[in-house]
Amino acid sequence: MKLKGLLSAVIAILCGLVVLAGYFIRLPFLVKASSIFLNWAVLLTAFAVLLGIFNLLIVHIGKVTGKQKGALYSILLVLAMLVTFVIGLVIPLYPKAAPALDFIFRTFQLPVEASLMALLAVTLTYASIRLLNRRLSVFAVIFIVTVLLILLGTAPIPFVGSVPWVSDSLRPVIAQVLAAGGARGILIGVALGALVTGLRVLFGADRPYGGK
Amino acid sequence: MTDTILGLIGFSLVFLAAVLMAAFAYLRRKSVPPLREIPAYARLRRAIGRVVEDGSRLHVSLGRGALVTPQSASALAGLALLRRLADLTSVGDRPPIATSGDGALALLSQSTLQGAAEDAKLAYDPSAGRLTGLTPFSYAAGAIPSIRDENVSTTVLMGNFGVEAALLTDASERANAFCVAGSDNLAAQAVLYASAREPLIGEELYSAGAYIEPAPLQTASLTVQDVLRWLFIAILLGGALLKVAGLL
Repeated sequence: MKLKGLLSAVIAILCGLVVLAGYFIRLPFLVKASSIFLNWAVLLTAFAVLLGIFNLLIVHIGKVTGKQKGALYSILLVLAMLVTFVIGLVIPLYPKAAPALDFIFRTFQLPVEASLMALLAVTLTYASIRLLNRRLSVFAVIFIVTVLLILLGTAPIPFVGSVPWVSDSLRPVIAQVLAAGGARGILIGVALGALVTGLRVLFGADRPYGGK
Repeated sequence: MTDTILGLIGFSLVFLAAVLMAAFAYLRRKSVPPLREIPAYARLRRAIGRVVEDGSRLHVSLGRGALVTPQSASALAGLALLRRLADLTSVGDRPPIATSGDGALALLSQSTLQGAAEDAKLAYDPSAGRLTGLTPFSYAAGAIPSIRDENVSTTVLMGNFGVEAALLTDASERANAFCVAGSDNLAAQAVLYASAREPLIGEELYSAGAYIEPAPLQTASLTVQDVLRWLFIAILLGGALLKVAGLL
């Protein structure tokens, strides 16, 4: 293993062990060391956001200069990013510019994200129909029937209102008993998976910080 | 007092898991035990072969799991899979691309892809690991062009996603790309079950390493997961019986 990889593995494993120990064993020096490491991680994460945004800018400038497909959208993105960034920098010096950021958020970001949410509703309806076509199994049928029953029990039918037995009895049983039980089972599985993933990183079997 | 007891229980659980993992890895260091079949991973291996053969591209989407939050485990699992897949596709014509919705995750994906390129003695493209957006929908909207315009034939969604994951699976479907998808988020799992060609449910997300490139510690971690699951089942059933008997 290269020295750089070995060093990063040792540092990462030691930091992980100290933070883990500080979480469970409340000895003052462990808690303090764990808190310092976590604060460093938060600071680095904040700096990483800036680097990530810089990377996004470089990727889109590359698309524009390379005249790739969708370069027009990249021009818009770069312009919007620069304008927003400059306004953000100006605000501490000139606080009257603050509403401009609010305007950008309310006028562009919010409607675009809301329209994507609406698009998602259509996408999911289409995906549910396609599911039976693509993966016809007992579980797929149960999935679709459950979705339909929950929809029927939640949204009132025009001119009819809520469906009596489905809304009052069936929907609560499905949502609060069957679905909640299944969800808890899945969450326990996810928690155990997260635990062993963390241990794999501590053992050095998975190295997301580089090296093999 | 309660915090101390809960802390001790938590520590014991983590310690037990660590000891079991080390023991299983040692005992099975020479042979890999058979794993139950997860069709998504078997098909992913075949799809990776196709990526190399037809010179198309692999896209790995790592989600938005920030490293200082509990969602980091799914992001770490995604990064580990990215490394293995990057190694497997290194002989192909096009290097894989990774998109993420968190700055630190984007940096780690770049580091992972750079490591894979260096090991394969290939040139590294810094734009291969990308941050595509910082909010759920901007992340999805930013990742869609990568699937659509870059000759992607296989998409892997692995990390923390919300319901916006359906937009990515839909883009993948439109690009006629094979799609394996898993998230630690319950709502996203339901959405992916309906929309992804190969969904991963529950802890299947975390077992990618063992299925793609089995190693003693990887398979040992799956065995530990199973042991702990049975332990939890016994505790839950025991607790329910004690409750019914009026002893709890």
